[in-house]
Amino acid sequence: MAETKAPAARARPLSPHLQIYRPMLTMMMSIAHRITGFVLYFGTLLLAWWLIAAASGPTSYSRIEWFSGSIIGRLILFGYTWALIHHLLGGLRHLIWDTGRGLGPAEREWLAAANLIGSIAITVVLWIVGLLAMGGPR
Amino acid sequence: MSEMPKHIRTPLARVRGHGAAHTGTGHFWHQRVTAVANIPLTIAAVFILIMLLGRNQAAAAQILGSPVVAIIMLLFVASITTHMRIGMQVIIEDYVHDESVKFTLLMANTFFCVAVALASAFGILKMSFGV
Repeated sequence: MAETKAPAARARPLSPHLQIYRPMLTMMMSIAHRITGFVLYFGTLLLAWWLIAAASGPTSYSRIEWFSGSIIGRLILFGYTWALIHHLLGGLRHLIWDTGRGLGPAEREWLAAANLIGSIAITVVLWIVGLLAMGGPR
Repeated sequence: MSEMPKHIRTPLARVRGHGAAHTGTGHFWHQRVTAVANIPLTIAAVFILIMLLGRNQAAAAQILGSPVVAIIMLLFVASITTHMRIGMQVIIEDYVHDESVKFTLLMANTFFCVAVALASAFGILKMSFGV
């Protein structure tokens, strides 16, 4: 009964981690999905701030308008828009995978590329629409 | 398989309530449910936000407080805060292995998500009820 030895005494193989593998698009997109989710988490503070500012009155609202109109605010919001759309499309991809579809070598590459290109394209379109809406009649 | 089991509990009963957070697959399923809900709700919320761009506070508050918009925003807030709480929990469980730090962060995660959810809901309801 050699197997009765304590488990710790036996050397067990360690599973390889990220740095072992050659970077691939699907792998990078998986990491991007987690990072965008992480960023969106803290970005909800902006959502709460916006809703409370709108509920509080003109002075509070002008403060968030000042922030969102500043260069740093615009950059944060642009990045946040991309993170949101990227995570949303990535989530769709995961839901497709959950049904067992789209997991083949060609399909998963295509889905990953579509996710990335789609997120950038939709973000740019949303900002063009948004900036046009801001410049339009009030 | 020859030896007698030491207990009479079924395998399912032993598996139940396990996993890194001792909650089994419940979170996996809630993550999917909220993910599906997030899709139409996020699209609606983005549409509402674009609609409000360039408007002053009074106009924004009036639109955000109108019943349909307020209900959509409340559902959006409820769904995303539930989703992000589970998502952050997975991240914490993946990278934090010290038990006391892990449970502190898991607790902080819950506090953050509940605070964001209730603060946002308070803002929406305040506009809706006009107080």
